[in-house]
Parts: sequence; C-alpha cells; structure tokens
Amino acid sequence: MPRYAGDAAALRALVRDQEVHRDVYVSEEVFQLEMEHMFPNSWVYVGHDSQVPNAGDYYGTTIGTQPILLVRHTDGTVKVLHNRCPHKGTRITSETCGNTGKFFRCPYHAWSFKTDGSLLAIPLKKGYENTGFEQSHAATGMAPVRHVRNYRGFVFAKINDGGLDFEEFFGESLSSFDNMIDRSPVGQLKVAGGVLRYMHNCNWKMLVENQTDTCHPMVAHESSAGTVVEVWKKAPPGTKKPMAVEIIAPFMSPYEFFENMGIRIWDNGHGHTGVHHSIHSDYSAIPGYFEKMTAAYGEKRAKAILGENRHNTVYFPNIMIKGPIQLLRHFKPIAANKTLVESWTFQLVDAPDMLLERTLMYNRLINAPTSIVGHDDLEMYERAQEGLHSNANEWVNLQRLYSPDEAGQTNVAVNGTSEWPMRHQFRAWTKFMTMGM
Amino acid sequence: MSMVAEAPLKNAVPTDQELIDFVVREARLIDQQRFDEWLDLYADDAYYWMPLEWNQTDPRLTCSLMYEDKLLLSIRVERLKGARTFSQKPKSRCHHVLQTPQVDSRDAAANSYVTWTPMHYVETRLEEQTLYAAWATHHLSVENGKLKIKLKRVDLINCDAAFGNIQLFM
Ligand code: FES
Ligand SMILES: [Fe+2]
Repeated sequence: MPRYAGDAAALRALVRDQEVHRDVYVSEEVFQLEMEHMFPNSWVYVGHDSQVPNAGDYYGTTIGTQPILLVRHTDGTVKVLHNRCPHKGTRITSETCGNTGKFFRCPYHAWSFKTDGSLLAIPLKKGYENTGFEQSHAATGMAPVRHVRNYRGFVFAKINDGGLDFEEFFGESLSSFDNMIDRSPVGQLKVAGGVLRYMHNCNWKMLVENQTDTCHPMVAHESSAGTVVEVWKKAPPGTKKPMAVEIIAPFMSPYEFFENMGIRIWDNGHGHTGVHHSIHSDYSAIPGYFEKMTAAYGEKRAKAILGENRHNTVYFPNIMIKGPIQLLRHFKPIAANKTLVESWTFQLVDAPDMLLERTLMYNRLINAPTSIVGHDDLEMYERAQEGLHSNANEWVNLQRLYSPDEAGQTNVAVNGTSEWPMRHQFRAWTKFMTMGM
Repeated sequence: MSMVAEAPLKNAVPTDQELIDFVVREARLIDQQRFDEWLDLYADDAYYWMPLEWNQTDPRLTCSLMYEDKLLLSIRVERLKGARTFSQKPKSRCHHVLQTPQVDSRDAAANSYVTWTPMHYVETRLEEQTLYAAWATHHLSVENGKLKIKLKRVDLINCDAAFGNIQLFM
C-alpha cells in the first residue's frame, strides 16, 4: 500500500528538526520517489570531462538509477544523453567507456544518432513514411539531459526543468572544487589511476552522512587505525614514517581534534569538515611540488591554496570530494538497501607523480573493498540497515549540537562534531523531494 | 593442524616439487587461519599485490585492490585478532582450491623462482558465501635455507567488478 506517493506532507513528516524517520533509509517506496523527484530536481554529478577528451569519447554512468552517457560532441562540448535507444529501449553503448566516432549506432536495428543525440538515420526508412513518425517521441533521437554544466571539468546535470539554476544550487560550496583544481600548477585535473568500486548493502544516505560524521573514526576505526598506531609504536626509533602510516594513523585523533577542526555549512545540503585543520594537514611535503606551485601562482597564493586542509566536502545529493587528496566518492543508489560506491582519483596536471601515488595509496587503503578501514564502516552501515527494522523506535537521532535557529543559516563554521550537516542534508532532501509536488 | 609451516629445503636449490609444496602450504596456512605463521613465509621486503586492472603492469600510478608491504600485512593480521574488530565478529572463513602450481621460471643464479597457480577462493561470513576465481603468481627466493615470498600477485578474473567486503587473503 503506497504511503508517500504524491503526498508531500507525508514526505515532509519524515524529517523533523532533530530526527528522521527510518523510512528514508528502508522504504523501497521512498527510494523510488527519490529516483522520481529528488534526483531529477537536483544537480547531480555525472563525470569529469577528462574521461572524454576527444570527439566521440563517451562514458556511461547513472543519475539516480537512470542510465546516461557523458559524451564529447563533434563541436567539442560535452553532452549528457539518456542511454536508451528511442526505438525499443536498448542500451546504446557496449562498454562503460570508449569512442563511438561521429555517431552512435544501436546494435539492435542500427538506428544511428549524432553525438548530441539527434537522430541521424534509420535503415529502410521508407517503412515510416506516412506513419506520422516525425511527430513521435522516437524521432527526436536519444533524449539529451537539457541542463548540463561543466564546472572546470566537473560535469553536472539536472534532469528536470524546474528547480534551481547551477549557481543557486551550489553557491559558495564550489570553493572546494576550486581548491582541489587550483592544487595543479596549471589549474587542471585529470581522472587517473582507475576507479575503485565497492558494493554496500545499505542506503546511499548512510554513506553521505558518514562523510561528516566525526564522532565515529576513533571508535569504529579503532580496529584498523588503532592497530596501525600500535604496530607503528614498535618500529625501531628513527624509522621514517611510511606514507601508509601518515594516511591511516590520524583516524585515531581524539575528540578534541575533530571538535576543533570545524565544519562549514552551505545552502542546499552542501558542507565540509576541516575548516581549520584536518586529518590531511600533516602529510610530508612532496619534493618539488611547492616550488612548482610558487612558480605558477606566486608564494602567497600557493601557500593559501595548500594551506586549505578541507577534509570531506559533501555535495548534495551524492558525492564527496577531498581536495588535499584529489579524490571524489560517488554514492550511486541502486535500491533502498543497496549502494555502489565509486571512488575516483585525479592527477594534478603538471605536478610531481608522487602526489598521484599518495592519492592512489589513500584510495586503496581507505576506499577499496579490500580496505580494513572500509570494512569497519560497512559493518556499521549494514548493522544500521538491519537494526532499523526494529519497531521499538522508528526514528534516527541527529540531535548533536542542535540549535533551534540553525535552519536558515548558511556559510557558517561550527563545532567539528556537530550533526548539523546531516540535519542540513535532510532539509535539502525534503526540499528537492517535494519540489513541484 | 599439525602441518609444518616452513619446511627447510633439502638442498641449496629448490626442486620443482618443493616450490609446488610451498605454494600449496601457503594456501593451507591461510585456510587454517594460521596468519602469524603465514606472514613468516614473506620476505621482509615482500609485497602482496592484487591488481585492479586486467593485465596491470604498474602498482604505483595505477590503483590496486591491494599493494601491501609486510608492515601493512602485519597490521591486517593484528587487526584480525582485535577485540574491537567488529567486521570480524563473527569471523570470516576461507577456502582455497588450487590447481597444481606450475613452475614458470627458475633461475638459481639469481635466486628467483616463479610459479603460476589458477585457483578458486571462497570467503564466507554469516549467511554469505562468495566465490572468486583468480591466478596466483608467486615470486620466491631462498633465504637461510628456506623459501620466502618476495611477491605474491593475485589476479582476479573479475578484478574490475564491484565487490563487497574481501576481508581475508587469497
Ligand atoms: S532498439 Fe535500437 S534500433 Fe531498434
Ligand atoms: Fe569511517
């Protein structure tokens, strides 16, 4: 029996000031409504334009659960197309990425399309004469997603016509992208190193929330990061601290560290941890990098760029970036209780290779399906997904450091252990879920 | 459980059979969860490598599922024993089925021996049981009369698939 479809009031009632109803995580109906409303109303990350450098290059991904293609059109711009043949629905591309040349050709009946999606040719076209085909949905070709924005290489798309424009949606939060990109001496990133794909049996929002959950590392990761600290203590004095220890050990930092690191809140569910410092602050310098940055930007500006130590920036609805590590995690919803997590890494163009080496080591140690840190987190998400089926309490508590006047505030920096970002994500969730309902 | 973890070699140069027995014994130590003894099979400068890409050649500027030195491997082994290792409560178990290892190359002068072993690996925890198919390549050398692993490379047939947790060692 549907409880929520078409009922904005029922959906709004799932999110209270300090708690959210479990149905946002466990209800398949709510999940379907997210796919129908919340994702199409939002600017959703598609991919990076370095994945499609040449005309005809494509990359297949999803917005919510809908298959789409990022493609480099013959005119050099990037397009986002629904990856579905207008004839019978067949997925057009065979590989996740590749080059299609000047046009796409459907493998079923050979209809072909230009790389902006428009219909190019149909075999035996005369069979459609005098059928009114020109007026059909099919005649328009592969439907493009109409609202696309390429922000310094990062491509976002909004499926619905309503909602906010790109600048309004992201506002000041784009500064985290800027900082990640500016870390290249030529201000350019390139997807590099391969993507880690990790299947999670839990709701996608548990992962998003976790990105600003600073009260869990020293607890849930005691097994991994705590063991690193213990094993490292036994190293002979004077041993050079390996990169791997530099990466994992700070997860064991005490509560005060996370309280003081700060959290910043922006509009529409975006925000970041690590306003003042973060677990990325104390990495060893990479030889030759600062010199390159100084040559490119001047010392003052180079110091300002590298002095930012933002930890996790969450872009609502479903990505997180780490500027100092050049990493992007994409939380792809599959079902109410299933999420594919893709962790993408970037090379800073014209910077020393060792930065990419560190980025890849971070990704492998923290975000791989073989990662002990990943195992710690997934265990908690799966237990929550299970525990929420208890009827004793239908609410999830997000009350930590709540203040009644927070709802309208934006661009504020608060205590680093506040659950404000999570409350804030759910305020955005309600907004984009019920928009136009 | 009485199998000896590390058998000394009969002569300075290992026979093919000794190389084969070593690889089989390594898998058995993992299946029997004798991880400390298992770790002793690795040379101090050893790496355990599980590529992410098909035919991957570079572990440094291409990401891997695992590319771990002995320090990181020992951290994994310690973590498995931890009282607060919640993802191992209850513990995972695993099971190897190996094809007979093939000796791909032997170079006594360089103290370098390479074997190739197709295998099926099963990891279970609670209700879940997952089957993986892979090829293990062992790069071995002799240290103090015993074989040691310099590099173990595990190529999964579906290395680029999305996996759930893989918590033990293939
Ligand atoms: S389904 Fe694509 S051409 Fe028929
Ligand atoms: Fe975590």
